[in-house]
Amino acid sequence: MSDKTLTIALAGNPNCGKTTLFNAITGSRLKVGNYPGVTVEKIEGTVTHNDTELHIVDLPGTYSLTAHSIDEVVARNFIIDEQPDVVVGITDASNLERNLYLCMQLLELGVPVVIALNMSDVAKARGYRIDAEKLSALLGVPVVPTVATESEGIDDLLETVIATANDPEAMERLRLPNYGTEVEPHVKELTAYIAGKSALARRPRWYAVKLLEDDDVTIKHIKELCPDDAEEILARGLKLRSHIESICGDSTEIILADRRYGYISGACTEAVTHTVEARHDLSDQIDKVLTHPILGLPIFGVMMYLVFQLTFLIGGPLSEMLGELINEDLVGFISSHWEGDSLLRSLVLKGIITGVGSVFMFVPLIVLMFLGIAILEDSGYMARAAFIMDRVMHKIGLHGKSFVPMLIGFGCTVPGIMATRTLESKRDRLTTIMILPLMSCGARIPIYTLILAAFFPTEYRTPMMCGIYFIGIVIAVIVARLFRATILRGEAAPFVMELPPYRMPTVKGMFLHMWERIWMYVRKAGTIILVASIILWALATFPRKTEFDQDYDALAKVVQVEIAADVAAIEAATPADAPAAVTEKSKQRIAQIAQNEADRLAEIVGQRESEKLQYTIAGRVGKFMEPVVKTMGFDWKIGTALIGAFAAKEVFVSQMGIVYSMGEDVDEKSVELQTKLQKTYSPLVGFCIMLFCLISLPCVATFAVTVRETQSWKWGFFQAGYLTVLAWLVTTVVYQVGSLFL
Amino acid sequence: MTAPETNKAPAMPLMQVAEAQTVRLVEIRGGRGLQHRLAEMGLLPGATFTVINNHNPGPCTISLKGSRLILGRGMVHRVFVTPKN
Repeated sequence: MSDKTLTIALAGNPNCGKTTLFNAITGSRLKVGNYPGVTVEKIEGTVTHNDTELHIVDLPGTYSLTAHSIDEVVARNFIIDEQPDVVVGITDASNLERNLYLCMQLLELGVPVVIALNMSDVAKARGYRIDAEKLSALLGVPVVPTVATESEGIDDLLETVIATANDPEAMERLRLPNYGTEVEPHVKELTAYIAGKSALARRPRWYAVKLLEDDDVTIKHIKELCPDDAEEILARGLKLRSHIESICGDSTEIILADRRYGYISGACTEAVTHTVEARHDLSDQIDKVLTHPILGLPIFGVMMYLVFQLTFLIGGPLSEMLGELINEDLVGFISSHWEGDSLLRSLVLKGIITGVGSVFMFVPLIVLMFLGIAILEDSGYMARAAFIMDRVMHKIGLHGKSFVPMLIGFGCTVPGIMATRTLESKRDRLTTIMILPLMSCGARIPIYTLILAAFFPTEYRTPMMCGIYFIGIVIAVIVARLFRATILRGEAAPFVMELPPYRMPTVKGMFLHMWERIWMYVRKAGTIILVASIILWALATFPRKTEFDQDYDALAKVVQVEIAADVAAIEAATPADAPAAVTEKSKQRIAQIAQNEADRLAEIVGQRESEKLQYTIAGRVGKFMEPVVKTMGFDWKIGTALIGAFAAKEVFVSQMGIVYSMGEDVDEKSVELQTKLQKTYSPLVGFCIMLFCLISLPCVATFAVTVRETQSWKWGFFQAGYLTVLAWLVTTVVYQVGSLFL
Repeated sequence: MTAPETNKAPAMPLMQVAEAQTVRLVEIRGGRGLQHRLAEMGLLPGATFTVINNHNPGPCTISLKGSRLILGRGMVHRVFVTPKN
């Protein structure tokens, strides 16, 4: 037939098996949707069927094309702007009426539509018999039964899609919903009027309907498309709208929704026969317990505990192993095979491997965290958890659904912020994004680990680790309440959510689900952190100091000569035929002296590195900032490392290492760094470092994703700004008060 | 003017409905945006649904057109229903 590429968009409700169908079509390894809005990014794939190349785009799962949430705006803008050749309206055949609602809106958008009756095996098992041909005749679009989980009906679907794309009359066969004698004439009138405006003529009925619904996004769109006529068009719409409302006594958008459902109901009465309803029996029984007002919360607590146990008990040792592999084996291998003092070597070892490696090290923790979350999502529990948390979240002015992004935020803030897209209310969403960095992400673990190991006895470490997580949550609660009472005033949206039936998560499904979030994290390490590490390395390297205040080589020489003399003196004082005890004693002394030599030499190297660093840009900025960080008990060296933490929180550790010139292979377990810190700072300062890193401005990746998701630089800067100021205030108070007592 | 509603049972908030009872939606007391969003999910005046679990004052799980919706505390006193039949 044709050899051009066709663009096919997949649209459908949450939980209709849309992503499974996408995978079945493209064969791509992606995730299974089970929670509203799992499709966080535009997911695309390409497949060739009968010599036609199909470019498949998976749109976010939505209930309608009204601009209630970002997902809905994304879905409809894609269809309007990209004009796909065919839109496949995917429906859960066992839940057909509610699923067809979205399809009605697709028809109105004026694009060729093919309806997939997905999960038709489930529908059959539940006693629904759907006459696809009759439904097709009633709606004027092809209807194809599919079972995505078994890859059934996929070929049939693709053939129908290609035939529809090549059918010039496809659009004429569409049977649009009729809004009834009271409303339909007005819709027609406005449609005819809008069809006269060339800029809107492509889909006049869509604009007419949306105008009657008083849809903000459409009004803005019309103002942009025909600035000259906009006022007149809007006035017409408004007039008809109030006319309809005066006749029917309800708001127009409700009447239109009612008529669409009426139309669907009519079609379903003819095309669907249904015998028994047994879909949810078991799910209902389980829900009696899991969503119970009293039992629900403790059960939820146990679930969360298990997720964190899974993450830290298994993930902790794995992370350590990976860290050793990167920081010791890899760095050791490179430094032993590539000697010298070249800039490139320094860039690779100090910049790239320490920077990127320290992020990769935490992949096992993130993997397990996201595995736990994937199990909760795929089993259907997450929808219930969001609900259970709604009561708690409501008290702090947030929505139950905000809880899911916050949970993901404990793994990594970036996918957490992206998961806020499911929140319908803009204020709920903004508040959630603003407080998300306060959920201690995986990247902060190395900082905590370093500080705890350096300053606190073993038995205090676990409670303190939990404590710092808890402090983050408490601050988040306070900040959220404050924002909801001031800049983001308003009540949280009431909670209504669809509960998908419980199902056994499949290994494949969970793996696919997990993979996408991990991929975001790894990609962050591969791109932003790579670049940031190079920049930070440069900042901490240039300008290079060539003339030192002291002649360190000479100092080292002096030490060496001194030590050599000492050793010689001992050897001379020990006769060759001395008793074994005496020989042993002098051997020990020589070893002691050698150790002493090593320490002193290291100190000299340290002084030299420190002087070098002070001369670099990072050092100068650190010095410049010293008065500000001093109130928190920090010196310029910590200040310099904090600049590094902006690239990625975990860079703090390697930056601290560079500052303390432990050579090139520093990780949070480095005992030398721990001792150095211990000597220089008090435990109070250590705790202040943890506190500051918990609260202060998020990493570059978080900043970037906040700007992108809120579509404003303002919110990005606001987030970074308020967090940093807050961190400074809290840490200063803790340090100053703490100093009085300790 | 006689109200046409007189022969119907008066509307009551969803929180007062017993489990397993089937009811008809009369109105949702809330803003336009909320009403519209719920209407698009199928919660329209006139729609009938069955209450599955009802823990006064919420949550309440309902069965609507073959799927389960859960309504939170903020919702159960805004949704007004009458018993079907």
